[in-house]
Amino acid sequence: MTELTELTALQQRKGLDEKKFSAVELCDAHLQRMEKFRSLNAYITETPELARERAANADRELAKGNGKALTGIPIGIKDLFCTEGVRTTAASKMLQNFIPPYESFITQKLFDAGAVSLGKLNLDEFAMGSTNGTSFFGRAVSPWRKKSNPAEELTPGGSSGGSAAAVSARLCAFATGTDTGGSIRQPAAFTGTFGIKPTYGRCSRRGVVAFASSLDQAGPIARTVRDGALALSVMSGYDAGDSTSYPSAAPDFLKNLTENVKGLRIGIPKEYRLDGMEQEIVKAWEDGVEILRSAGASVTEISLPHTEYALPAYYIIAPAEASSNLARYDGVKYGLRVEGADIHEMYENTRGEGFGDEVKRRIFIGTFVLSSGYYDAYYTKAQKVKTLINQDFKQAFEKVDAILTPSTPGASFGFDEKDNDPIKMYLNDVFTVTANLAGLPSASVPVRLNAEGLPLGLQVIGKPFDEQTTLNVCAALESGFAFRASPFV
Amino acid sequence: MSEITEATVRKIARLSRIKLKEAEIPVMQEKLNKVMSWTEKLSKVNTENVETCDTVFIAQAPLREDAVTDGGYAEKIVSSSPFAADHFFTVPKVIE
Repeated sequence: MTELTELTALQQRKGLDEKKFSAVELCDAHLQRMEKFRSLNAYITETPELARERAANADRELAKGNGKALTGIPIGIKDLFCTEGVRTTAASKMLQNFIPPYESFITQKLFDAGAVSLGKLNLDEFAMGSTNGTSFFGRAVSPWRKKSNPAEELTPGGSSGGSAAAVSARLCAFATGTDTGGSIRQPAAFTGTFGIKPTYGRCSRRGVVAFASSLDQAGPIARTVRDGALALSVMSGYDAGDSTSYPSAAPDFLKNLTENVKGLRIGIPKEYRLDGMEQEIVKAWEDGVEILRSAGASVTEISLPHTEYALPAYYIIAPAEASSNLARYDGVKYGLRVEGADIHEMYENTRGEGFGDEVKRRIFIGTFVLSSGYYDAYYTKAQKVKTLINQDFKQAFEKVDAILTPSTPGASFGFDEKDNDPIKMYLNDVFTVTANLAGLPSASVPVRLNAEGLPLGLQVIGKPFDEQTTLNVCAALESGFAFRASPFV
Repeated sequence: MSEITEATVRKIARLSRIKLKEAEIPVMQEKLNKVMSWTEKLSKVNTENVETCDTVFIAQAPLREDAVTDGGYAEKIVSSSPFAADHFFTVPKVIE
């Protein structure tokens, strides 16, 4: 029998139904593998006992014929989702010992569908970063290596880097992620996994530690498009407890999934052809166009003229919202407290010690752009640019059904390569951030390895609430490229 | 836009209630200036008569009846605070 961890979530689910193995066996296979590859630091908190208990429960439900969509499937949870009774850190010293008294809406849905959580996955502190390098618990490491330098540790991307590393290394069947500027899609691209950020409002944000509330969206990272469609179907849906939740039931994305893209109109935005982009990414993009064209889609060039302003607008809007959201960490209601002479010093000491450098930097940027005298010049200006970016997409979607771009300008890299230059680091998000500003569904699908043996991904952007077409185009690309590589582990 | 001075950095630190060590101040100043000057390119965009975009799809926040729908478990709420007593969060003395 194939190693259980090699099976996709859907294969695992089928195997459980056919009684080829039990949920406890499946869970144990993953727990053993997690132990073996602990050096990847993918998990911040492992919960083996809880996992076994839930797996045993899944076996009982299966025996009674009560199997649901995810009964017995071992998953990982990004440590940004509050889990009742299980430490939730946001990879920050601030929440190092925080045990939430409630469950996030999405994890509750996953557990209600029978999923078994193996633990909480590493991320950049408060989801602010593109490498996992800002985690207080040490960085998660990619299970992939460069051919030319197999000893060098590479980034799994960020902020959902632990999720991507774990899925890629088969340390869970799929994982939850969140995406504010590319935090699901960029790590998926770097690790040869599939990740989708649905339309803003599709997945409830309740119980997910907030970064930038107008941009944050949860979504899955999975091994295949079909697994991703399954996970997203469970995670989606209306929540009265999130005022921005889309008030409509989500469709069954898996049931409706098709590779058939005949007659679909695919747009190629000319502004995404950047100078200095890696040639292999350009080639993969062109080959993607060819695959869709020969599958019967029509491909046209489109223009998204304000693309180059998306990233600077994002780096005003996201920190502004973050500075406000993170004001809640004051040493009173939860998390760290560092005492001081009076209450103000207690606040300042707590926040000075509790936050890492990148988080502090973003709070400073946010506080600055919202401060008296600068608000209009920065924040209002950025919110107007956001309107223009939205209009760009609206116009483009009059002519096309989906948009195809690279997910990232390059493949994964070493941790120290871009460390000291925030701008260079922020450029990681150049292709992904537009979909957050416009709230659009957007996915990264793995397509091939580059000459160094590292995965490359293509991004598909869909119309609002049209995750289905986004997924279908990804399925066509997945099938056309037939990406099969596994990481070194 | 003018350069962010050391005094501005100190002011922002106070506004955001974050204590910076002396050595962190010039580092923060340099990085802030780098990021803010990079965002300057937004000034090239003509945004005359353009509305700000506050939410993307939901035109109006949903309303519900003004009624108590949650609560009654103070013990549970304060359990996540390191400093709680008798259902209250405790803070350093504020009024002398």
